Amino acid sequence: MKPPPFRYHDPQTLGEIVGLLGTLENAKLLAGGQSLMPMLNMRFVLPDHVIDLNRVEGLSYIRESGGALEIGAMTRQRDLEFSDLVASRCPLMHEAIQQIGHRQTRNRGTMGGSLCHLDPSAELVSVAAALDATVTVTGRAGERRIEFAEFPRAYMTPAIEADEVVTSLRLPLWPKGHGWAFVEFARRHGDFAIVSAAALIEEDENGKIRRASLTLGGIGPAPVRVREVEQALVGQTAAAELFGTACEACRKLDAMADVQAPASYRQHLAAVLSRRALEAAHARVQGRG
Amino acid sequence: MGETRKIIVTVNGTRHEAEVEVRYLLADFLRHQLGLTGTHLGCEHGVCGACTILFDGRSARSCLMLAVQANGHEILTVEGIAPGPDKMHPLQEAFRDNHGLQCGFCTPGMLTTLIEFLRDNPDPTEQEVRVAISGNLCRCTGYQGIVAAALDAAKRLQAAKRG
Amino acid sequence: MPPPGPGEYRGRIEDPPLLRGTAQFVDDIRLPGMLHAAFVRSPLGHAAIRAVDAAAARALAGVHAVLTRADLRPHLLSEFLAVGLPSPSYKQEVDRPALAGDDVAHVGEPVAIVVAESRYLAEDAAALVEVDYEELPAVADCRAALKPGAPRVHRNGPHNLVAEFDMGYGDVAAAFAGAAHVFHESIWQHRGGSHSIECRGDVAVYDPLEDRLTLWSSTQAPHAAMRALGAMLGRDENRLRVVTPDVGGGFGPKLVFYPEDVATSVAALILRRPVKWIEDRREHFTATTQERDQFWEVEIAVDGAGRILGLRGALIHDHGAYTARGVNVPYGAAQTVTLPYVVPAYRLEVKLALTNKVPVTPVRGAGQPQGAFVMERLLDRVARELGIDRAELRRRNLVPPERMPYATPLKTRGGIPVVLDSGDYPKCQLAVLDRAQWDSFPARQNAARAKGRYIGIGLANFVEGTGRGPFEPVTVRIGPSGKIHVYSGAAAMGQSTKTMLADLVAEQLGGDRANVTVTTGDSAAISLGIGGFNSRQAVMAGSSAHVAALKVREKALMVAGHLLEAAAEDLEIAGAEIRVKGAPTMRISLAQIAIALAGAPGFMLPGGAAPGLEATEHFVVDAMTYANGTAVAEVEIDIETGAVAIKRFVMAHDCGRALDRTIVDGQIIGGVAHGIGNALYEWMGFDDNCQPVTATFAEYLLITAPEMPQIELVHQESPTPLNPLGVKGVGESGVIPAAAAIVSAIEDALAPFGAHIAQTPIRPAEILALIEAGRRRHADSL
Repeated sequence: MKPPPFRYHDPQTLGEIVGLLGTLENAKLLAGGQSLMPMLNMRFVLPDHVIDLNRVEGLSYIRESGGALEIGAMTRQRDLEFSDLVASRCPLMHEAIQQIGHRQTRNRGTMGGSLCHLDPSAELVSVAAALDATVTVTGRAGERRIEFAEFPRAYMTPAIEADEVVTSLRLPLWPKGHGWAFVEFARRHGDFAIVSAAALIEEDENGKIRRASLTLGGIGPAPVRVREVEQALVGQTAAAELFGTACEACRKLDAMADVQAPASYRQHLAAVLSRRALEAAHARVQGRG
Repeated sequence: MGETRKIIVTVNGTRHEAEVEVRYLLADFLRHQLGLTGTHLGCEHGVCGACTILFDGRSARSCLMLAVQANGHEILTVEGIAPGPDKMHPLQEAFRDNHGLQCGFCTPGMLTTLIEFLRDNPDPTEQEVRVAISGNLCRCTGYQGIVAAALDAAKRLQAAKRG
Repeated sequence: MPPPGPGEYRGRIEDPPLLRGTAQFVDDIRLPGMLHAAFVRSPLGHAAIRAVDAAAARALAGVHAVLTRADLRPHLLSEFLAVGLPSPSYKQEVDRPALAGDDVAHVGEPVAIVVAESRYLAEDAAALVEVDYEELPAVADCRAALKPGAPRVHRNGPHNLVAEFDMGYGDVAAAFAGAAHVFHESIWQHRGGSHSIECRGDVAVYDPLEDRLTLWSSTQAPHAAMRALGAMLGRDENRLRVVTPDVGGGFGPKLVFYPEDVATSVAALILRRPVKWIEDRREHFTATTQERDQFWEVEIAVDGAGRILGLRGALIHDHGAYTARGVNVPYGAAQTVTLPYVVPAYRLEVKLALTNKVPVTPVRGAGQPQGAFVMERLLDRVARELGIDRAELRRRNLVPPERMPYATPLKTRGGIPVVLDSGDYPKCQLAVLDRAQWDSFPARQNAARAKGRYIGIGLANFVEGTGRGPFEPVTVRIGPSGKIHVYSGAAAMGQSTKTMLADLVAEQLGGDRANVTVTTGDSAAISLGIGGFNSRQAVMAGSSAHVAALKVREKALMVAGHLLEAAAEDLEIAGAEIRVKGAPTMRISLAQIAIALAGAPGFMLPGGAAPGLEATEHFVVDAMTYANGTAVAEVEIDIETGAVAIKRFVMAHDCGRALDRTIVDGQIIGGVAHGIGNALYEWMGFDDNCQPVTATFAEYLLITAPEMPQIELVHQESPTPLNPLGVKGVGESGVIPAAAAIVSAIEDALAPFGAHIAQTPIRPAEILALIEAGRRRHADSL
């Protein structure tokens, strides 16, 4: 299980990356390597070129700006995990990150790499969907922003052109006191989630739900924002029974089947985990009377 | 030979200049080009953890890195853990005394993982230790001796600090 | 320093290089001029090979050879690996070829070996070898394989029944006819692969100066490999050596001799360069042997009090595409079923079916987990139907201690009577029930249920045959250096064999481990050897080491007494010398005695002794020695997801005399971890075309530290009279009862849903299905 032959490029600037992407055929970007390297070792991909992003400066940052978190594409998952800014302003991500793989995975894995790999059960991808993130990409034609709902084009395929590279993610933040929860079901600690549920909830002082976000990962090729449930919750008073009833709708979602689980099991988990996530998020809401 | 690059890597405190093929895995570079065969390959797809090294002080799977990526960086392998040929690190002594190894093949990865973990978490609970080594597979021990060794090592390291 | 007593564990002689990273596993071997191999393997479950075109591969720079079966042929006396253990039950011979010729019969079967400057290049070249396959129907299910009209696993074979046999005794028909109750179970058991963290590997080196081929191999059986390889190459044992480096786990499949071992060796002979082949994990999934599916249809007949009158049934076992070891997995399973209990009549009809998958050979437990599971499921069924506590039911049926040694009517595969030599099974069960607080569990369970939590408890007994004979030789030799050298045919793979042998020898000869060197796993170091498997090395090699050391001790004391003019009983051996008790200045070193016994020309040897200070012992025991134990598992089920958490696992265990408590415990705990995997996680999946669908560690699940409960062990010692140490084997004990105890606990937890489980592994989706079925039944009944 050794990688096939390829030409190696290690650009130093964003401009160089774009230049390479614009001229090279059959090129793969190497970020954290936690997804690409296994595929290379197993020869599941046979790129002619590998473009290593790890020397490029300026793509690793976590900052708050204009009510959103801006995260550079090459930010290591480990840095997100230990970031006080993320923990306090985006606790959903903080909870999700700890469930990504293992220490070794997160030491190398990057935000951008996970986003672009678009594994159906990737935690960061679900978080991006939950928060209606915006992805910034840069290509020959310059910079453009992609709303996260438009970002997955197909199974494990982002809607970016061959000459474009993801440079950052912008996560609009929920107000202080909001409730959050990221729950997933996996066979072993750190495994890919079979199904995950990310819940965000904003309530008024009487427990009436002002806003809700519910995202299911692992059920379809891309994370599913369950708008039907979100809409059923808004304006209602948060309660276990409300969540339970509303989340039954998740059973009707199309679900994948694989060696880990049949579709019906995923649909069942979708209903259970979404309910649990909403209950946990509700319990974390602060500022209720 | 395919495309090569010159790299400078510091491994266990020793600076090495080498020329490597660009597709050469970091694990293979350490094992075969530098002759440091303590780092082991068990799966080559990033699950078993036998290849774990410390890259600039942080644990990483060397089967998922290219040797060229190590240019300008510092690596610690299992061979660099003992302070000298006649002494062992308290973590190694704890493994020995708690039967934390049987065939020993997963052991280098366990040790490097725990070096980082105990550095960052000097007083862990049993559950924290188990989570810390969740990315390292062992087929021999059932992990119990390894967990006991890690907790014992934590105590020894704390005592060494105080003493 | 004497060998450690209980609680005095002080590490092993194996440890320092393993901890420092200076051990030498097979892939750590570097030799001048060494080349690297990769194999071209079948991507199909069954196909005819029409042509192999290696031209492009051979033309790649850095490639030294691409060898197919035809290229190996001139160098082989036989092209087939005839390694099956003898059995009268074979219906056809299906030996593996050294490389596939006209057909491939499983995904992963080796077709050609590529040798190049690096593994990277060898893989590049392997991808360029074009094989023209004509796909043939593949047989994926061992039951379907035996149905009339099934496609043949080998297109030129007669059918798919590779072997069949009956096992049993007593009047089963009468037992069932007169029974108060008869219960039937259909049980599916699946076990997966070895997945030692180190895969297989070979380094073959030919030395023209000595005309000797040396094969460094990550094997559990170097002497057997040497004999098999010698027979195929036509090379006698003087010109062939198989030696094990450090081995990173074996667990069974590394005891097998493989086509890759042959191909690598021939490549080295042809190229006159060392050739290294290291198996990667993907290869391990399809080219290393494994255990797989067994389908059991069994019935138990009991009287009104739940006492067993008889047991009968049929077993269909998936053998894989070839015979790589024998019928021993299903044989061992069949033989294990009844052992802990008094079963007056028993009959099992066993059929082994070919399938287009990699061959099945023993994985830790070797059929015994399956036999134990069947019996324990049947007993749980009886208990539930008759309303008897599961432990009490077992107590009524366990072989009682006063009947030891208990001669069953069974025979091992070698025709040796199965006699349970020692053990107190009821006391063992009682000890674990006590520790696990079995009696108070129902109250805890009710309290939990009232809170909407589903917890359960289960238990399982087992009796296992250990110490597979007939012998394992050990030579103990003290050289002119005074160092004690121990050589054995035993093979180490992590189970502390060297420490075990060193401590046994040191106990008799000076008590200093540092003065003992141990050499195992080398066919040139000792002429005979059988290897490490079947929990045999402490029993076999340990006994030989003990007896040999005693002989050397006796001789050394006699000669020392002669030279010191003292009586032998007034002498003691301490460190590397022998001295008069109480008069330590009167001493002589072991080195001096060895030198004296080496002889001087023209001078008589001291004390009329025979030459040399050494002894070789082949302690022979044909009868196996039977260890036993009881496991209790506590689980909690998340009934909304089907997830199982093992909250507690307690095991009482009797391996006769425990030589080193810490090492024994480590073996048991490791075995339990494997058993948990078999119960809940490990499934080697294939699709209907025999394509593996779980071929990475992301899909095939080995448990990690957070899933593993803390194991509590209770020890019992019933020494065996069969060997001077009183020791029984322990390497496989942990895995044998684990799945049975866990499944029993899951069923207990889900009793409110009427769940009934007769399979391993059982996964969350299946547990959820049981819960939902139970709910539907309940709703329907309202």
